[in-house]
Parts: sequence; C-alpha cells; structure tokens
Amino acid sequence: MLILGIETAGSQVGCAIGGHEGVLASAHAGKGRRHAENLAPQIDFVRRQAGIELGDLGAVAVDVGPGLFTGLRVGIATAVAISHALGVPMIPITSPDLMAFPARWSSRLIVTALDARRGELFTALFRKVPGGIQRVREVNVCTPDDLAAELEAADEPTLLVGDGALRFADTFHDIGRIEMAEQGLAQPSARSLVQLAHARAMREEFVQSWELEPVYLRKPDAEINWSTREGGA
Amino acid sequence: MSDVILGIETSCDETAAAVVERAQLVRSSVVSSQVERHAPFGGVVPEIAGRAHVEQLVPVIAEALVSAGAEGADLDAVAATTGPGLAGSLLIGVSAAKALSLVWDVPFVSVNHLEAHLYASFLEEPDLELPLVVLLVSGGHTMLVFMEDHCRYRLLGSTLDDAAGEAFDKVARFLGLGYPGGPAIDELSVEGDPSAFAYPRSMVQENPATLPDDRRFAFSFSGLKTAVVNHVRNEPDAPTADVAASFQEAVVDTLVTKARWAVEATGAKGLCLGGGVAANSRLRERFLDTCGDLGVRAFLPSRSMCTDNAAMVAAAGWWRLSMFGPSPLDTGVDPNQGLPLVD
Ligand SMILES: [Zn+2]
Repeated sequence: MLILGIETAGSQVGCAIGGHEGVLASAHAGKGRRHAENLAPQIDFVRRQAGIELGDLGAVAVDVGPGLFTGLRVGIATAVAISHALGVPMIPITSPDLMAFPARWSSRLIVTALDARRGELFTALFRKVPGGIQRVREVNVCTPDDLAAELEAADEPTLLVGDGALRFADTFHDIGRIEMAEQGLAQPSARSLVQLAHARAMREEFVQSWELEPVYLRKPDAEINWSTREGGA
Repeated sequence: MSDVILGIETSCDETAAAVVERAQLVRSSVVSSQVERHAPFGGVVPEIAGRAHVEQLVPVIAEALVSAGAEGADLDAVAATTGPGLAGSLLIGVSAAKALSLVWDVPFVSVNHLEAHLYASFLEEPDLELPLVVLLVSGGHTMLVFMEDHCRYRLLGSTLDDAAGEAFDKVARFLGLGYPGGPAIDELSVEGDPSAFAYPRSMVQENPATLPDDRRFAFSFSGLKTAVVNHVRNEPDAPTADVAASFQEAVVDTLVTKARWAVEATGAKGLCLGGGVAANSRLRERFLDTCGDLGVRAFLPSRSMCTDNAAMVAAAGWWRLSMFGPSPLDTGVDPNQGLPLVD
C-alpha cells in the first residue's frame, strides 16, 4: 500500500511517499515557516519523484501534533482533503511518536521535547520494548524546568531529542547521564511518518477523514484569558 | 472553458463551500456558521475559528458536492479566498482547495474576499450592466467601489476607523443586546423611533463638492459609536429601541448618502449592495428608495448571498480564471489583501 505522509507540526514542511519497499521519495523545506505556500507544490513534486499518481495512494498519514497551530492546520486540512477526495483512510500519528522513532535503537529512556514557543515544550517519554518503542508517559506541555525536574527524579540514562531540548540545552546541562540527540533529529520527519504509518497500516490502524482529531494540548488563548478582556468597549 | 467551479470560503467565522456553473447557476451553497462558538466572547476569536474550520471544512465540501450532484471529476476548478481575513482561518480553506486541485488535476484559483462580495450580485442578476457602483458593508469593511468592468475596480473611499458592522457589534454590546450585533439592532429598531435622537453623520452635508476629495466617499463610525455611548450614559432612561433605531438610521443615512454621491459622480448605471450589513432591513429599504430616486438599477443580493458564502467565491473565481488563468500552487494567504485595483 502506498502512503502519503504530511508533516507540518514543527517549523519544517515535509512530505514523503512510501510503502512496503520503504520511502520512495521525500522533501523537506525548513526556511521561513511558509507552510501554506510550500506544502501543495511539495506534494506534487514528491509524487512526480515517486513516479506515481495521487490516485495510486492507499492511505494518507499526517502528524496530528502537538505542534505549532498554524503549520499543524495546514497539514491536517491538506491531508483530510486529499483523503476525502481519494476516498482512502487516514493514519494519524503524534509528533512525539515521530521524533522518538529514529531513536528507537537506543536503550536509554527516550525523551522528546519539541519547542512549543512561549518558553514551553511539548514532551513525551518512551522506552525500548521488544519490537520497537513504547510511550511510557502521556504527551504534555511543560516548561524546561518542569522537564528537568522530572528527568532528575527519574535518574537514569536518557536520550533527549528535539529542537526544544536543543534550545534549552542549558537547563538540562547539569543533569547527569543525559545525552542530546543531534540537530538532524530535532524535528519530526515525513520519512519517519511514512515508515511508522506503514507499520500501522499493516495492523489496519486507520481512521476515516471525519474522525481525525488534531492534538492541540493548549486551549485557545481567548478561553484562558477571557476574563481579562471582558469589559472592552 | 472551465465552467463548474467549487468555491471555498474560510476567511472569518463561516465555513462555506459551493458549486457554481459559469458564475451564474448556483448548484449548491453550504454555509456552516460558528457564531455560537464565538458568542460567549462577544466577537470572533481567531484560534477558535481556526479549530472550527478544520473540523467543519471537509464535511461542508462533501455536502456541497452531494447537493450539487457533482463528483470530483465533474469540476473544472477549485477557488478559495486567500484574503483579506484571519490568517489562521484563510489557510485552512486555501490548503484544502490546493489539495483538491491536486487530486482532481484542475486549476486552483485564488480569490479576493472583497471581490467575491462584489460578485454576489451577479449570481442573481447575470445580465448586470457595467459600470457599477458597489457599496460593500460588512463587519470588517465599509467601502465604495467603482466597478468599471469585470475584475477592474477603483476604490472611491473606505472607512477611516470602524467598519459599519463593527459599529453595530460595539453598540449592540454596549446596549446589552448580545452578539452578533447587526441582527439584534435591526430587530429592536422596528419598535423604535429612528428620529428620536439626532446622532452625528460623519462627513455628510448638503453639498458634497465642498468636502475634500479624500473625505467625500470616506466613512467614519467611531464618533457615532462614542456619541451613542455618551448619550446613554447621560440619559440612562432613553428607550433602548429608540437608541437602536436612531443609531441604525445614522449609519444607514451615511451609507446611502455617500452611495448616491458616488453614482452621481461616476455616472454609473447601477448601484449594488454587498457584505453582511447588506442584510440589514432598513439599509435594504433605503437603498432601494435611493436607486429609485436616482433612476438607476438596484442590485440587491438575497440575504444569504450578502453574508459570507462560497457561491460568491466560485463566481469571482470563474471571472478570475477566465481573465487571468489559474493561480500558482504556492500562492499564500494575505490577511490584509486589498481589492485588486486599476490605477
Ligand atoms: Zn465578508
């Protein structure tokens, strides 16, 4: 089964096409967060590189977050529209799952930390199990200090992955037994998305386009701050 | 020739899709309003709007296709609003439109939301004669446009501060009438006396020639809003229906007076009304009277075509496509996009 993967939760825009023979073609653009501009031409490019028609696709996979709201919605709106128009199912995957995937060989505790802006991180914890990795703590949004405290308490060999980890590297510097993953793994990638999605497709873990739900983790500001805005003329 | 167009509109708080043929025949027009989600906040909240568009858009598109009896293969192009509007909302419609254009292998057309409002009238009056003056009044815009020819516009004037719809919302909120303010004031005004209070009409006077060029067709509603607020504070017993009716009359008076001047100055053959505020009963009534007095044709879209919808996007998209061809797939959104003007 051929799968189109769309990844826009981080600062990059990426897409890839692959199937049981692996990733056939992929592209990433990292500059300027031009998600709305870049994604559609990129899909067309990757489709041509893969030498297929969009009608050949059997499923559409998408990073459902958490991530930066704007990019996330460009990817989800695009993926849902393609899935609906083709009449094929979707495979939703969270950004921490994608970030942990390339680190799956590590026997350390794998901690993903995507930069959530406003001095916060989207984080999750994973551990190696037979046949892959498993999430051992739910995805949350927290400050670097919160995460540092959590890791200090865990006190075990840890691999810290993500642009948020790199950005706040100083916070984690003094904690023993922490290793930082390199820049190349700092963002969720469309290649990982297609690989992970293929495994899920084999297990028929699909959802329909109308069932797909973004993982925002944060409420809209207005719902948090409404009381302070009340009373404006 | 590309005839059947799917239009998509997500610039503000309506998620809409429509199938239209040759900018004339509306085969379907589906609008899902988010007004209830925003009502507790007294205005449109961008992040809530973005989330709602993501949820609603594909179901709305699916419904538009089904009720038009159309499938992807029947469509010749997909048009979407790229601005002006809320960035986080616009890019949802634009992303979906580009995705569909890729899957169906048909052109994508970028449409200006204001231009779409201008084309709402053509959907119901395909034989509309140009040139025209268009009075476009909504929550975000208040402008007088001279439409010389298809896709050729001159901006005569626009609001210097609040849009007319914004003034309705603010005054309604102040009077405790809730959100959205336009329909609330419209309804209450029926019971009030429009001449009860003489609120100011900004830049309106006997002889338009004595107004400087840049103010003749300009609007300003913030002074009016302040006048209403001050009046009610000083005279708390003033009947709310009379306040609402007098406020509405001041807005409508300003709008139709300037529209009349614009027709007189340009020699246009008709006057067209567009935008959400064009649903206001008193404005519709005075607009028709004015056109009658001037002896020009009045083009008044039905209420459902005045408020945001995607049929008007498809119609404007058809004209854009016919005259300028498809838009590139890397077209972005522009929250501040102005009407494409001729110089
Ligand atoms: Zn509008």
